Amino acid sequence: MTLFIEQCLNGLQFGLLLFLLAAGLTLVFGIMDLVNLAHGSLYMIGAYFAATFAAWTGSFVLGAVLALFATLLVGMAVEVIAMRRLYGRDHLDHVLGTFGLILFFDELVRLIWGPEGMSLPLPSWLNASVQILPGVQYSAYRLSIIIVTLAVAAFLYVLVMRTRIGMLIRAGASNREMVGALGVNIKLLYTLVFGLGAALAGLAGLMQAPILTVQIGMGENILILAFVITVIGGIGSIRGALVAAIFVGFLDTLGRAFFPDLLRMMFTKEVAATAAPALSSMLIYLLMAIVLVVKPEGLFSAGQK
Amino acid sequence: MRKALLAASAALMLATGPAMAQQKSIKIGFVSTFSGPVAAIGNDMRNSFELALDHMGRKMGGLPVEVIYEDDGFKPEVGKQKTEKLIESDKVDFISGYIWSNVLLASIKPVVDSKTFLVIANAGPSQVAGELCSPYVFSTSWQNDQTPQAVGHYMNQKGVKSAFLIGPNYAAGKDMLSGVSATFKGKIVGEELTTWPAQLDFSAELSKAKAANPDAIFVFYPGKAGVQFLAQYAQAGLKGKIPLYTAFTIDELSLPLMKELALGVPGAQEWVNDLPNEANKKFVADYIKKYPGLKPSFYGAQSYDAANLIASAVAATKGNLSDKEAVKKAMEKADFKSVRGDFKFGNNHVPIQAFYLQDVVKDDKGDFVLKTVATIVKDNQDAFHTKCPMK
Amino acid sequence: MTGWFTARNIAIAALLAALLLLPVFAELAGNRFLLTLFTRIVILALAATSLNLILGYGGMMSFGHAAYLGIGGYAVGMLAHEEVLTGFVQWPVALAASALFALIIGALSLRTRGVYFIMITLAFAQMAYYIIAGLARYGGDDGLTIYKRSQFVAPIDLSNKVQFYYICLALLFGSIYLIWRLVNSRFGMVIQGVRSNDLRMRAIGFPTYRYKLVCFVIAGTICGLAGALLANHTDFVSPAMLYWTRSGDLIIMVVLGGMSSPFGPLIGAVALLVFEEMLPFMIKLLGTPLFGEAAVRGAEYWQIVLGPLLLLVVLFARGGIVGLLSKVRS
Repeated sequence: MTLFIEQCLNGLQFGLLLFLLAAGLTLVFGIMDLVNLAHGSLYMIGAYFAATFAAWTGSFVLGAVLALFATLLVGMAVEVIAMRRLYGRDHLDHVLGTFGLILFFDELVRLIWGPEGMSLPLPSWLNASVQILPGVQYSAYRLSIIIVTLAVAAFLYVLVMRTRIGMLIRAGASNREMVGALGVNIKLLYTLVFGLGAALAGLAGLMQAPILTVQIGMGENILILAFVITVIGGIGSIRGALVAAIFVGFLDTLGRAFFPDLLRMMFTKEVAATAAPALSSMLIYLLMAIVLVVKPEGLFSAGQK
Repeated sequence: MRKALLAASAALMLATGPAMAQQKSIKIGFVSTFSGPVAAIGNDMRNSFELALDHMGRKMGGLPVEVIYEDDGFKPEVGKQKTEKLIESDKVDFISGYIWSNVLLASIKPVVDSKTFLVIANAGPSQVAGELCSPYVFSTSWQNDQTPQAVGHYMNQKGVKSAFLIGPNYAAGKDMLSGVSATFKGKIVGEELTTWPAQLDFSAELSKAKAANPDAIFVFYPGKAGVQFLAQYAQAGLKGKIPLYTAFTIDELSLPLMKELALGVPGAQEWVNDLPNEANKKFVADYIKKYPGLKPSFYGAQSYDAANLIASAVAATKGNLSDKEAVKKAMEKADFKSVRGDFKFGNNHVPIQAFYLQDVVKDDKGDFVLKTVATIVKDNQDAFHTKCPMK
Repeated sequence: MTGWFTARNIAIAALLAALLLLPVFAELAGNRFLLTLFTRIVILALAATSLNLILGYGGMMSFGHAAYLGIGGYAVGMLAHEEVLTGFVQWPVALAASALFALIIGALSLRTRGVYFIMITLAFAQMAYYIIAGLARYGGDDGLTIYKRSQFVAPIDLSNKVQFYYICLALLFGSIYLIWRLVNSRFGMVIQGVRSNDLRMRAIGFPTYRYKLVCFVIAGTICGLAGALLANHTDFVSPAMLYWTRSGDLIIMVVLGGMSSPFGPLIGAVALLVFEEMLPFMIKLLGTPLFGEAAVRGAEYWQIVLGPLLLLVVLFARGGIVGLLSKVRS
């Protein structure tokens, strides 16, 4: 039973991390109609910044905060220099242009930080385990990821639903021409939105760094998942991204944890061991395909926040 | 323009004369991983290989040596491409390196097809020790199963009755787990193979191990994955509760990152830094001198031996590498001073050697170091040599 | 007749001549690696050409085209592993498997459009990747070595590198010709019409879905052939062949070369791969006298130019290299 609870928490944690990534993607997609493949690069840069700043300042938290601001700045710079010219163009142009940016960032990171990757060690107060229920220990760090991401989700909710900027964002997602016609400084809005998306991606990157890794190309693998979540949840909808992300997080984690056992009962050990992670990874894409066929605009399409 | 190029190259070719009868230099290709979290291993191997070359005055058999290092990026298909480039474009005389069993298996065909001599400095898949053995392929490391088999013996000695096995899902990982299973006499209550190298989050596997409640957990995770595993093992509250037995997880490279997490965790190895022979003392001392802040690991020791093995063959054949049969015989003699002490090959060109128990202790300076505690087995030969048709 | 001697046509003719003479040149220069490199270029050009059919002419942005390379390749690899070495079985299976997958994937994907189409083709390619990576029997993630190439009747011997090169080249030229005929036929006109305005074509009465599906299947099948060739060339298949970034590489070749011409993808493949191999060498060669050590270091990071270059091509040179050449006045 404790195993199941632990895996559920892991699924939640993974899902929330994916939500951070997907939220930025869906915002940019919904408001600027921009397909940004380089979103994964911002995720990677956030992790690298955090590892660097944490090493300089000696503090994990301070390093993380500095990395967040640095990624926000990088995001805004990228928007002004490169993304602006892509608005209004064909989606293929976006795909190609941002694919080029992925290549560029991978090489840039290699140039600046070297090919070896970095590590982001945790301070000892986060490296312990916490008893959340009688008899159930859970990693303090993963718990803090859950708490932080939920806080960010709440922050996004407040931002989008209760502030003026949020209103502009929602309006822009529904009808971007009208917002421009109403005299709002669209350029600034776009830059801020992109920067916000970048910061979210960077946060996701730096938070997973102590658990997983900081290396070149780390964005490419997780980017696909983020896109899948965006499509399932509905382009432009943060609520959709949250629901889809948590669902996908559960599906992936519980799948990887329990699917092999299920298969082992039916097939040989060898087959189960290799087939299971493959099949559980496939489940997510299958889910997306089903959603696309049944409800192409996603579960919560834009306009309903 | 193209005509001029054709003419020029034709002239160049004629000028350099017919196929080399005399070597002008020795070209060695070295394929390893120099990027990503496991780059530390590749760097250690390169450092050690370079140190060996320094020790021999950068000459083998009187001829200058050139080494070309290529990065396999930890991917079998990239390793294969780089191997082919070294053979076809750089025309190397020897190839060495190869950390990973899957990269080696993907790359071995072009090497054998081109009759280039290969000295494997780490990977030890069972196929290469068995049915895929070749007169051109030599190993200065081991066969994957040997080390975990030694750990299995040790676990028996310690009275472990039940074990849970965790490892990465690729050629070497599977070999490791089957190696332990082969010698361990207790009950194996669970086996988990994780996606490699993508999966660095072992929470699911650790939860399952905890639930199975074994006497001990055996684990194999090379490089940074090992660091992650030990960290998560501690985070899951298992440290001190269920003892850990390892192979290739704790070494000189990962230990500085693991620190107290590795204290008291035993492992088996064919080389530990404090082996008491002259060659080893010189190797370790000069390595620390040349690369301050670093210590050589077994990966490096194997690469150092690889360089010396090649040098011994070049010296014995007086640089005449076109006589492949003579080179092969010279290599098989293994007439060099290994940092392991005595060194001899089995019929499949895999070393027959001893395995030691290493433990992690705190030295008087407060640093965490590896120490040889005991010899687990002597003159151990891998289990696959009978499958190799060579005599 | 003067219309023939445009910069574009001259460049294409020169390229074709160079490709035909390459093995001779490689032999004289004593550089076998050149032959290996250009065989790879030709095979990938074949894959890119098949992509151009649906991307350039059909306007279908498929981000999962590399899946067919993998399917074709693994058909050969798996059969070779099971000791079925004859090309007369392997290659038709590769083609049939690719066609079948293209049919299924196309039937489902073509019901969507725009970015959803991109995503769903990508998703299917990833699914294929995970399925193949899950096949422990055929190496899984570690890949599968192919010990003997596809056997045909003598005198055809695929392990003869020069012969293999010419076979690949012949298949490439054949496919380019096939696509050129297809595009200029009634079928091709409909496809191009669909690219411009699907709604209008349907209003006129064409069953556009069916046309797009046929186009999709043809493209997938040709790419499967490229996969079978690639498996023979590298003597190795691995799931990495199907990973989505590989599909991205193919798209780059098509766009870089130019989508408006049947030769565009070939030019793109040559440009990209020659770039990849030669640029570090050229930077070292030209830069060392000027910048010394820095040039050698700099050459390692040449890829940093590729990314922004792609972005620039997308922004300013949409027609790719062919487009640029067409603009040059003879």
